[in-house]
Amino acid sequence: MAEATAARAAPARRRRKGFQTRRFPGLATFSAIFFGYLYLPIVILVALSFNANRTATIWTGFTTGWYGRALANGDMLQAAGNSLTIAVSAMVLSTVLATLGALGMSRRRFRGRTGVTALLSLPLIVPEIVTAVATLLFFVALGLQLGLATVILAHTVFCIPFAYLPIRARLEDMDPALREAAADLYANEWKSFLRVILPLLLPGILSGAMLAFIISLDDFVITFFTAGAGSTTLPVYIFSLIRMGVTPEVNAISALMLLISITFVSLSFVLASGKHRI
Amino acid sequence: MLATLRRHPALQRLLLIGPSAAVIGFFMVVPLGLMVAVSLMGRNIYGGVHWGDFTTEAYVKFLFERNLDDTLAFNPVYLQIFLRSFWLSLSTTVVALLFGFPVALYMTLQREPYRTVLIFLVTVPFWTNLLVRNYAWVLLLRDTGLINGALLGLGVIDHPLPLLYTPFAVAIGLAYSFMPFMVLPIYASLEKIDFRLVEAAYDLYAGRLTMLRRVVLPLARPGIVAGSTLVFVPCLGAYVTPALLGGSKTMMIGNLVAGRFSEARDWPFGAALAFFLLAMVLLAMLLQALRSRRQAEAG
Repeated sequence: MAEATAARAAPARRRRKGFQTRRFPGLATFSAIFFGYLYLPIVILVALSFNANRTATIWTGFTTGWYGRALANGDMLQAAGNSLTIAVSAMVLSTVLATLGALGMSRRRFRGRTGVTALLSLPLIVPEIVTAVATLLFFVALGLQLGLATVILAHTVFCIPFAYLPIRARLEDMDPALREAAADLYANEWKSFLRVILPLLLPGILSGAMLAFIISLDDFVITFFTAGAGSTTLPVYIFSLIRMGVTPEVNAISALMLLISITFVSLSFVLASGKHRI
Repeated sequence: MLATLRRHPALQRLLLIGPSAAVIGFFMVVPLGLMVAVSLMGRNIYGGVHWGDFTTEAYVKFLFERNLDDTLAFNPVYLQIFLRSFWLSLSTTVVALLFGFPVALYMTLQREPYRTVLIFLVTVPFWTNLLVRNYAWVLLLRDTGLINGALLGLGVIDHPLPLLYTPFAVAIGLAYSFMPFMVLPIYASLEKIDFRLVEAAYDLYAGRLTMLRRVVLPLARPGIVAGSTLVFVPCLGAYVTPALLGGSKTMMIGNLVAGRFSEARDWPFGAALAFFLLAMVLLAMLLQALRSRRQAEAG
């Protein structure tokens, strides 16, 4: 492939010495600056979380003390526990719903399919703040007590499209001949689903589940409006700390938050891109 | 029972799609409808809604202030916040495009596996906590922050520049928050370009800029339009970035809406403002959908 491109590019190259059609001067430098812009703030945040100096941004020495303090902070642990409960519940619920939905949508075309697709992607379109206040109004109108349950419900709704998309993509890639082959080998529909479709779908389901987990774990705006007094999550807790002022402890908690997200994104990326040809 | 299901694919489909559609329908579409209804209700002084008290007061309040003698006076405060949000979102989109396009082009020109690594690097910030990423900019931009510290240390300035709590800080934060939405769609459309077209343009004595303008840009247009919509729309509804990096003078629609529910305790007005925001976003999405459909029909 590379040789073929080079051969095709040859006449152009002969025209002017050293002229390369796939090169743009300055583009690499520009991109390097761009990636610096993308990652520098994160790197600085993590670096400052190890800074011994309490107030200023001046580096005075290395310490892991802020992490120790953060991990001994009862409120922080309580919020982290809530975040975990909510994220796991929302992940399981939304992934089950999304898997069923994706399986239903992958069958033959039917009337109203575009409408269902639009409905399933609605949580991606509606601004978070609108979803947040509408959900709050709804819960209050129903007379529900705001707490962990209301947050889990709200999170499940906006996690559905994130779980749905990777599963749907995986189904789309699947060769319909597989189902036919299973049928030819006398597998009934249920057996062909369990033994053929589900194992092939599993990476998509896991990838979707992880995205749903991170999206729930990271959410701030919707949680802020639908959480009661005892159901504060980690992002809501971090927000209240930031409002009170910048401290190295906030940096440490934020860095931990970043670490969790990045771990899960990497896992999801590996699962989704590990394409065994199906 | 399984046999019955097999004979009725429509029933089977209903059982599969039904639950997720019902959950989104009941917990999202119904609340949005309720929100519109609340925007037409009277308010309770202590928060909440005065049900059954139909009034358009919330919509009047958007443009007018009621004087003591019940006459209306034009009040541009809320309109200004909407216009500012619009303007900030638009400039953020332009900035993101100016940065995102060259980077997407650069990514297209790379070989595997380097290319996949770059895609991963662009994607990761999107999945990391928005709050934390914006907070990182507080550390950079504040008076004792890194940028001011460096400039003071180098002797470029005597006093720290007021960077934080300005429209500039909000624009930087927004562009930073939503950059992946710009880069990835443009990359997706650039990736499909047949590079023989580029070579043909060079063979026909086009310079680099002419080639970019006449060959690459038209082919990348769907990605540019999609990316711009994907950046503009979440910017318009942003809450976290203006809350952390903006001051009271850089309030955006999201903060205005939130404020009606917390401090001001005027839920019907908050609902009306949220409805305006939703209408603007849906309009932007609709325009983009129509545009891409027209393009698909034309091409």
